[in-house]
Amino acid sequence: MQIEVTLNNKKVTFEVEGNEFLADTLRAKGMLSIRKGCDTSCCGLCTVWIDGKPTLSCSLLAIKANGKNIITIEGVQKEAEEFAKVLVAEGAEQCGFCSPGFIMTVLAMKNELNNPTEEEIIHYLTGNLCRCTGYMGQLRAVKKYLGVV
Amino acid sequence: MFALLNLLQPETIEEAYNILMQRKNNTVLGGCAFLRMGSKRIGTAVELSKLNLNYIKDQGDYIEVGAMTPFRDIEISPIFNENFNGLLPKSVSNIIGVQFRNIVTVGATVYSKYGFSDFITALLALDTEVELYKAGRMSLEEFLDKPYEKDILTRIFIKKNERKASYGNLRNAISDYPILNVAVSNINRQWKIVVGARPLGAKIAKSASEELSNRNLTVENIEAIANMAAEELSFGTNMRGSAEYRKAICKVLVKRAVMEVLQCK
Repeated sequence: MQIEVTLNNKKVTFEVEGNEFLADTLRAKGMLSIRKGCDTSCCGLCTVWIDGKPTLSCSLLAIKANGKNIITIEGVQKEAEEFAKVLVAEGAEQCGFCSPGFIMTVLAMKNELNNPTEEEIIHYLTGNLCRCTGYMGQLRAVKKYLGVV
Repeated sequence: MFALLNLLQPETIEEAYNILMQRKNNTVLGGCAFLRMGSKRIGTAVELSKLNLNYIKDQGDYIEVGAMTPFRDIEISPIFNENFNGLLPKSVSNIIGVQFRNIVTVGATVYSKYGFSDFITALLALDTEVELYKAGRMSLEEFLDKPYEKDILTRIFIKKNERKASYGNLRNAISDYPILNVAVSNINRQWKIVVGARPLGAKIAKSASEELSNRNLTVENIEAIANMAAEELSFGTNMRGSAEYRKAICKVLVKRAVMEVLQCK
């Protein structure tokens, strides 16, 4: 089956299998920032934006992305780098495996929530697991990045 | 791993239903988030995204929700946050993460009658009806009691009234599946106590609800009625909790939810 999507602002066509998930499609096309961590839809490592909304690409059938606008971290490099610097400065990154998915969710939150409280930030990021940092550094970094310290 | 041979995106509901009925293993797709966990063999998958079923509309007397509406839209909907004390947004807000809730759909959850569902428990505490393409419109309670029949759930309707409601649940971790969930609502002294994730599907504790509607609401009576709800319903054991544990938790969550409803404005 063929799908046509807008991937990081470029129209592309993919040949996909019926039971193929979007994360596998995108990784096969070189988008290796998309990580597969849990395979049970709970870790958030594979987060991409579909029509502007953060979505688990490991749980979305590739064919359901037909006609959609997909943004991966490669499509928001400037903003991602800006936030990544804050993450590093706050000691909020160790192995880095979860960072692309985490950054995509934080950037989505920045677009969606206006001046969020600490509680709202934590709630929004519940779907992103990190097994290194213990989350406190990440929370510091997010608050600093959003200017809600 | 599940298998899927073909996928069609019909432009009308009639077309979708006809494709669905052509072969036994033709299946309607919802968000597909749980599909990956199983080994289902699907012949032709019917995908409903071209049917314009992604919406929440305030229709005056009722709130209408399209089957393809994702949970995240329920969570942030001003209509649902302003009605029923935010019962429905609260019920979905701890389901994994935002990214997951942007995928899972109202229609697939309700049609699948998932036992662990937070959303069905909350819906059942309200005056909810479902619409199926072939079987027509019926109460959610009737739909949940019916055996599975191949059909397409198109919309749900929630009566827009002054029902006060509260939702409670117990989870091992905040984004885990619930061990037990409870929704309680009241309108004009007509109470509904609903318990879900037993781990069987959500059920109304009818005798306890009736008793609650007829008795003086003292703390002692509420506690007795919460115990009654736990006795009236059946509970099961799975990896998240034993039947005995669930029964004990039920008493606490029901009592707490009733007390919260009494304080609702």
